[in-house]
Amino acid sequence: MTGEIGQFALILALALALVQGIVPLIGATRGSQPLMAIGSSAAIGQFAFIALAFGALIWASVTDDFSILAVVENSHTTKPLIYKIAGAWGNHEGSMILWVFILSLFGASVATFGARLPSALKARVLAVQGLVGVAFLTFILFTSDAFLRVLPPPDDGQGLNPILQDPGLAFHPPFLYLGYVGFSVVYAFAVAAMLEGRVDPAWARWVRPWTLAAWSALTVGIALGSWWAYYTLGWGGFWFWDPVENASLMPWLAGTALLHSAIVVEKRDALKSWTVLLAVLTFTLSLMGTFLVRSGVLTSVHAFANDPARGVFVLAILAVASGGALALYAARASTFERAGAFAPISREGALVLNNLLLTAACATVVMGTLYPLLLDAISHQKISVGPPYFNSTVLPILAPVAIAAAIAPLMSWKRSDFAVALRKLWIAALAALVMALAVFALHGGPWAAALGLAVGVWLVVGTLVELAERAKLFRGSIGDSLRRVGGLPRSAWGMTLAHGGLGVVILGIAASQGWHEENILLMAPGDSTVIGGRTIAFKDVGPLQGPNWRADHARMEIRNADGSLVGEVTPERRWYPVEQQATTQAAIHTSGFGDVYVVIGEPEGQAERHPGEPVDPKARWVVRLYVNPLQPWIWFGAIVMALGGVLSLTDRRLRVGAPSRKAVPGAHPAPAE
Amino acid sequence: MSLRYAIPLALFAALAIGLFAGLWLKPSELPSVLIDKPAPPFDLPPIAGLDVPGVSSQELQGQVTILNVFASWCIPCRAEHGELTKLMRDSDIKGRVHLFGVNYKDKPEDARAYLAELGNPYERIGADPGRLFINLGAYGVPETYLIDAHGRIRFRLPAPITPQDVDTTIKPVLRKLLAEAKS
Repeated sequence: MTGEIGQFALILALALALVQGIVPLIGATRGSQPLMAIGSSAAIGQFAFIALAFGALIWASVTDDFSILAVVENSHTTKPLIYKIAGAWGNHEGSMILWVFILSLFGASVATFGARLPSALKARVLAVQGLVGVAFLTFILFTSDAFLRVLPPPDDGQGLNPILQDPGLAFHPPFLYLGYVGFSVVYAFAVAAMLEGRVDPAWARWVRPWTLAAWSALTVGIALGSWWAYYTLGWGGFWFWDPVENASLMPWLAGTALLHSAIVVEKRDALKSWTVLLAVLTFTLSLMGTFLVRSGVLTSVHAFANDPARGVFVLAILAVASGGALALYAARASTFERAGAFAPISREGALVLNNLLLTAACATVVMGTLYPLLLDAISHQKISVGPPYFNSTVLPILAPVAIAAAIAPLMSWKRSDFAVALRKLWIAALAALVMALAVFALHGGPWAAALGLAVGVWLVVGTLVELAERAKLFRGSIGDSLRRVGGLPRSAWGMTLAHGGLGVVILGIAASQGWHEENILLMAPGDSTVIGGRTIAFKDVGPLQGPNWRADHARMEIRNADGSLVGEVTPERRWYPVEQQATTQAAIHTSGFGDVYVVIGEPEGQAERHPGEPVDPKARWVVRLYVNPLQPWIWFGAIVMALGGVLSLTDRRLRVGAPSRKAVPGAHPAPAE
Repeated sequence: MSLRYAIPLALFAALAIGLFAGLWLKPSELPSVLIDKPAPPFDLPPIAGLDVPGVSSQELQGQVTILNVFASWCIPCRAEHGELTKLMRDSDIKGRVHLFGVNYKDKPEDARAYLAELGNPYERIGADPGRLFINLGAYGVPETYLIDAHGRIRFRLPAPITPQDVDTTIKPVLRKLLAEAKS
């Protein structure tokens, strides 16, 4: 029954999505309140039915219902419960249900929390969301049926790819989709604004919480994904410029640009057509990411089972959604005339620079990701574009973004004095210089990493300087400064955290890339080796039995140069007999300032042996060791950035709603972002 | 309507056409960098306890050879095994093309059981702990290489052999290599 309930719920959700996509639009055109109000009910109903279908899929997986193909192909009775739950979205069909579940969650949220929106705008936003839902529900029902039955049902399933049997699967995709799909709301607002022919500061304020929510979730999703790759793939890296990683980075870069350009619309009533375009482009990139992952046009480690029919379908959705919105843009954008004028040297000017650079970086990633595909399509040449391209093109574009991020918040709106802003940052400049020189004195390079550290320090200190400026620190009593800091709007704290967090990420990337040490060697139990000033002693190795795997479980001691014990780590190599695959469980000892990363491979000369089988106790094992300074800062910084987004989301001005649309923009004192 | 606002639409249309064209390509069909180059030198011992000789790169000289990487633990190998056996019985191929196996990361007893169950179409089989696999640039099992009489790799199939592959690529390539060897 479960499968049929899920299937039927999806069909009902599709019917409601059709209602949500059509009726409110008619209502908004005719000015009919009852018709417009149907949008909210339909959105909540659609959410309820998709939640039911999603629940049915998870239930089928948890109860080992092997009459359902998706469960047979991805589960097994011995699989631990958490992976039976998370495994429900560890495949194409299930993950598409998660996709529409989150889409309808956002639709229902707009219906519930959008009470202050003008009814026509709300109706149009919900209608656009409904149409996106129609597209994806149709896609699921016609090409990606998660509830297909198998007759007769097999006795057991085929298991789940062991790499996916990791807590990362429970959290990484949901956050990533919250980000991807969250931008659909922003897209819906942009299309609604173009239909109404009206973009103004009130609109920017209404969109802001949705942009912030999607951006924060995407930040967390990307960080989780890179952390997962770091500890499971077992070669010490955290970002591989894989096409699918790029697919998540592209909307993130565009979304970051959008967050900043929307501020200009909100505060200064300028950059309107550009902001609407960015909103459309951000969701376009999200959809393109979905297309790249599902169609198999690019080779990637994130391979879903590929089917050209699915690719054509997603491409059709992309063509209608983005092509339609861009056609609307071509027709309407010229009417969004610029109201507020500003000088190039101003807060607005700095935000425009931010947008230019982020968009350029985004375009560079798009180019690198699609170039092999387009070249193959045009001239049948096979090439691959790898990390050297991205590192040498994207990073130099992003470095100025980080440098400007410290200066821009100190500049005033409309017209500003660059020299005054820079003068306030003397301490940040000094700190950056000292950092770079100290690094050269201690390590003598590499210069790119030293530069990276300098940029990171500049941004962290510069962000603190801006906070001190607001508190008028050293210019009044301490109590007065504390009161000022306490009285800052949450959006200001949000900016401080997001910019500071970015600085921390940059420090982590620069240090871990610049000064990591690695060694691959053969070690027998009892051996020890020195790396990065620490002694690693191989104590012993023995078999370990897990719920659905067995492993070689090694114990290694890490000691400081003076012999004091730092900790014990236990790298494993696991064997999953159902899936006939081995995985590497890297052991990571982190001190907060760096990681010691230990991977154990196969015993020498016994390539045919599976992990967990008996082994000669004197055998030497392949051991890979990495010491990665400041590595954990990358994820810590990313979480701080996301927290900044969430804090900004709770800002009072987003809750009390916007002033009436007739209000003169900029008449109230504008807190900086 | 100003034309400049239509630029994003035009760019997007071009991109969508490119993506559509890309759908019909097969990115996983990577040509091997070893195409038209000599096979890497190797000398693999026979599978312990099996009465089939091992194989070395010297044996690739002077004859057209199929080099097939397989393992008993690999399910697609099982699927292609029948295809391979049928191919070797084909009147065009039989006695003219030699089939050598590379048994990748396998236990001798498992490999013996696999061949006992499915039959042995291989003339020679070498047990490879992994080195040849890396030198060939293989990225999975099974993989099949067609090698000409000068020991050069001429074609690579990084996937299980299907009946379609046999008709559209493998047989035509083998015929060409046999013709070259004669002239």
